[in-house]
Amino acid sequence: MGMTMTQKILAHAAGLESVKAGELIQAKLDIVMGNDITTAVAIPEFKKTGAKNVFDKDKVVIVLDHFTPNKDIKAAEQCKCSREFAFDKEIKNFFDVGEMGIEHALLPEKGIVVPGDVIIGADSHTCTYGALGAFSTGIGSTDMAIGMATGEAWFKVPSAIKFNIVGKMPKNVSGKDVILHIIGLIGVDGALYKSMEFVGEGIKEISMDGRFTIANMAIEAGAKNGIFPVDDLTIEYVKEHSNKEYKVFEADEDAEYEAEYTIDLSTLRPTVAFPHLPENTKTVDEAGDVKIDQVVIGSCTNGRFEDMKIAADILRGRHVAKGVRTIVIPATQQIYLDCIKAGYVEDIIKAGAIFSTPTCGPCLGGHMGILAKGERCVSTTNRNFVGRMGHVESEVYLASPAVAAASAITGKITDPDKLEVIE
Amino acid sequence: MEAKGRVFKYGDNVDTDVIIPARYLNVSSGEELAKYCMIDIDADFVNKVQKGDIIVANKNFGCGSSREHAPLAIKCAGVSCVIASTFARIFYRNAINIGLPILECDEAAKDIEEGNEVSIDFNTGIITNITKNKTYQAQAFPPFIQKIMENDGLVEYTKRKIND
Ligand code: SF4
Repeated sequence: MGMTMTQKILAHAAGLESVKAGELIQAKLDIVMGNDITTAVAIPEFKKTGAKNVFDKDKVVIVLDHFTPNKDIKAAEQCKCSREFAFDKEIKNFFDVGEMGIEHALLPEKGIVVPGDVIIGADSHTCTYGALGAFSTGIGSTDMAIGMATGEAWFKVPSAIKFNIVGKMPKNVSGKDVILHIIGLIGVDGALYKSMEFVGEGIKEISMDGRFTIANMAIEAGAKNGIFPVDDLTIEYVKEHSNKEYKVFEADEDAEYEAEYTIDLSTLRPTVAFPHLPENTKTVDEAGDVKIDQVVIGSCTNGRFEDMKIAADILRGRHVAKGVRTIVIPATQQIYLDCIKAGYVEDIIKAGAIFSTPTCGPCLGGHMGILAKGERCVSTTNRNFVGRMGHVESEVYLASPAVAAASAITGKITDPDKLEVIE
Repeated sequence: MEAKGRVFKYGDNVDTDVIIPARYLNVSSGEELAKYCMIDIDADFVNKVQKGDIIVANKNFGCGSSREHAPLAIKCAGVSCVIASTFARIFYRNAINIGLPILECDEAAKDIEEGNEVSIDFNTGIITNITKNKTYQAQAFPPFIQKIMENDGLVEYTKRKIND
């Protein structure tokens, strides 16, 4: 019986001819990653193993992005502990204020992750790098500690669900709408323990940034990983960003899938996930009259250059509605610079929004835009759980950068197509 | 290995943000985290929970972030086991890795109610509802995971392997 793309990568990393769903394997890791919150928990566990050094100084990555620039004294202490560890262990890929960005935008941009890699990250959205045709999954701090010590991790080989993408992408529909639509369809545990493999002609329609957005939210359907085949666009991206050797794996023709769905892009509409689960989706047409207090455009889901462009194109020449705090956060320093060069920062500031240094910040209710009781936010992030962005009685509506920017202008959830045209 | 205690019952999709909200993640000590365990779903939990108590929930328990702070907060609050219809995969992994016993059993998850007295035999996977005088059979761990559990989590297990 054939193997899925994910199974092929895992078999290779485990040094096996083939693997089957459900099998427990020990795989070699290409990258082990952690952030300021999870690394702080991993370091004491790492020390307990008795390991003197990390398994490979070039393959451990630490990014201080969640509560940075340090939001309070406790966060400062936490970052200090990761910083000292990184210096002591001579970890090459350590990213602190000045060079850091949100981890899942930063690693592909820096060329640290490439097709065929096996990556674990102590952050659930590590599944983002599946967009590049890598096996990439979120784990906890103990797994990170053991990964740093041994260069290996245990995995249960996942079965898979296949998403056959067809059709043309309509105007104002983006990767975010594709993945929100899928999560609405299968639910927040619809792919529990499984791989989500995206295939089909329609993939060509989706930009690299859009693919990152889609793979990023696989975890929101409970998936172990989300993965795209490697095509010309992937290769072009990888060559532009990395000197690392990459390997292309393809699913066997007779690979077995637990379920298959066809997603026709041409039928999709801008989609919004209502509180308090990413599966509570409605199209923007069904959203009704939802007044908002804040808009956040950024995060590892939608803080990339394309997202900033979409936001700037809508905000340019317009002004955000009175009382709507609009917070735009590019995911990395490079994206920040590119936005300055493209003139987007000026567009965004003139529209009455703010443009911040890269940070996770409000996405997890850390800092830089916490919600008060009863407040509502349209956000391009990935989770709208109870209390995610602040008070337990606040609400987060997940949407694309286009919907978020349009909503900032009108002060309520808005279809970007319906904005008044400006001369 | 056995556990016995009173049950706290929750529904579907109990996520890591309500188990331990991000605003408390600027510390990493289990004892400190335990003070805020379940705060955004059950503000009274920490005042009521006693050593040995059991959490029972429906599907997809622990969905959301990879924060190991979530199982750690539960473990350090004194909870002896979490029973659910299904667990989100990272939570499942983290719980095993830090040695917090968890069991998947749909029947038990649906039948057990808030406040029931429940005991668990981890060797057999049998869950006994003392209040209702009923038993349920949970899935036993695969041998590899059993080995991790016997070694009191992944760190000890690996330490032994490294030093062998
Ligand atoms: S941006 Fe949000 S979801 Fe992404 S890594 Fe940061 S906190 Fe997590």
